[in-house]
Amino acid sequence: MSRIFASFVRHPSGRIGLVIVSLYIVAAIMGTFGLTPHNPLAMVPIDRLKAPNEAYWFGTDILGRDTFSRLMVGIRQSMIIAFASVACATIAGTIIGLFSAWLGGIWDGVLMRFMDVLLAFPAILLALLIIAIVGPGTITSIAAIGIVYTPIFARVVRGPALSLKQRDFVDAARTFGSTQPYILTRHLLLNLVAPLAVQVTLALAWALLTEAGLSFLGLGTQPPTPSLGLMLAESRNLMPQAPWLMIFPALTIMLGILGFNLAGDALRDILDPRTQRREA
Amino acid sequence: MNYLAQRLLTFPLILLGVSVLVFVSIRMIPGSQITAMLGTEAGMLTAAQREALAAYFGIDQPVWTQYFRWLAGLFQGDLGVSTIYARPVLNVILERFPLTLQLALMSMTIALCIGLPLGVFAATRNERPSDLIVRILAMLGQSTPNFVIGILLIYFLSVFFGIVPAMGTFTPLTVDPLASFGQLFWPAVTLGFAFAASVTRISRSAMLDVLSDDYIRTARSKGASSMSVIWRHALPNALIPVVTLSGVEFGYLLGGAVIVEQIFALPGLGRLVLDAITQRDYALVQGTVLFIAFNFLIVNLLVDLAYAALDPRIRIGGRK
Repeated sequence: MSRIFASFVRHPSGRIGLVIVSLYIVAAIMGTFGLTPHNPLAMVPIDRLKAPNEAYWFGTDILGRDTFSRLMVGIRQSMIIAFASVACATIAGTIIGLFSAWLGGIWDGVLMRFMDVLLAFPAILLALLIIAIVGPGTITSIAAIGIVYTPIFARVVRGPALSLKQRDFVDAARTFGSTQPYILTRHLLLNLVAPLAVQVTLALAWALLTEAGLSFLGLGTQPPTPSLGLMLAESRNLMPQAPWLMIFPALTIMLGILGFNLAGDALRDILDPRTQRREA
Repeated sequence: MNYLAQRLLTFPLILLGVSVLVFVSIRMIPGSQITAMLGTEAGMLTAAQREALAAYFGIDQPVWTQYFRWLAGLFQGDLGVSTIYARPVLNVILERFPLTLQLALMSMTIALCIGLPLGVFAATRNERPSDLIVRILAMLGQSTPNFVIGILLIYFLSVFFGIVPAMGTFTPLTVDPLASFGQLFWPAVTLGFAFAASVTRISRSAMLDVLSDDYIRTARSKGASSMSVIWRHALPNALIPVVTLSGVEFGYLLGGAVIVEQIFALPGLGRLVLDAITQRDYALVQGTVLFIAFNFLIVNLLVDLAYAALDPRIRIGGRK
């Protein structure tokens, strides 16, 4: 474990990714506990549309709210949704993928065809349908993004689980009388940690992207809670007068996704023996 | 069973699954179709009028009856009538589709024209500064959501260059090809950017894989020029993952780029779905989503066929 961490830190993308992700987590935690330079919801009419200055590092919006503080809370919002939705997708996808591979036959067919049905929808469209049913909000975004990415995890788990199932050590465990839950968790799941870790990191990047997209359309986090996508969408009308309202949220979204993408790439290089040759 | 035969057999099954899922889920959206259509005027309807309207749209029947009726209509090319547009759903879809198709094709062309040469170039300069720059650019491109690119593009074009991208209008290709390309150019650049980044990354890594193979060493030791080794020997094999990726991305683009269409106010499939969902136009949502899923699955099937054509191992036996 510490060996993997060491090679992760030695990997250039891993190092940069780690720094960005840590910064975002710190910003999210500070945003949660109200440790922002200003109150992100407080409107100061006299300071409307101020360009970045000493008091307001990233400027203020049309209601006189501090962009920097709002970004911190927006990051928290994005991180909560991204981590929670990916956690849901990982758990659901792993269970479905494992059972599909283990049970085989008709169960495998039915479960995987159902996953294919979900995959036939473009991600944002499926999320839109779910949001239309339940109504927009944080929990809905988590559920929608979680459901969208479940089939991907199911596929990532099912493939390797199928080949692990045929391996001698699983047969051996069975002849020794190990129970099914024991084999599933000890022998299959533990061996799937590496591909799952890579997938989780990359999925966090997609989840951030999808969340920003949904809130950009006004279907994610609802105002007055700040969210990165919504801040960007609102900046459109003030583009010529207040470009900072657009540029900082845009960079914040980009950098966050970049951080997870870099970390995911580094993890893949370290954990996947096939790519080591290429990067060596 | 042969892999492709299996794919062909499951195709209608998945489509059927999609149709059931959409049909049931849109009926779970709170509020009735009639209220959504008439707004406050729905309150003025008498019970008898309401029933008559429900009967007209066929929503007075149990869900399963509605589903089988719709399915029967589907086989006759009848997707029902849209309540927003008061026209057959199929006509509305076919009117929006040319824009989406053209936008997808233009984006893919831009992505391949930029991504493929960059990827090949980076692979031949492995670990040198130029490779690093390409990789950083590709990583940045892949991490930027297309709506961020769209907005930044509009900002820089309008503020620094005085160009305002055409918005809200679309001239079909058949009417005025030049105007049509012009209108979709910036949206296509927006969509093509992140797409190009993925193409660059995948073609670079595929090319590196191929370049380390034995037959490339053989070609080199026979004295083939490095240009000929790259373009004639290596590239055809490196194209396989590029084809797969482009196909999948293209399939997604055919589903309409909801957000980019929204930014550039383009009347494409993506916005049609968004409007249909928000205005609870049952028939339109069902029809459009099914149409999008159908396109997506067809494109994926074609990608698999192309894959088989490019890689004989799949044609002969199972998957490698």
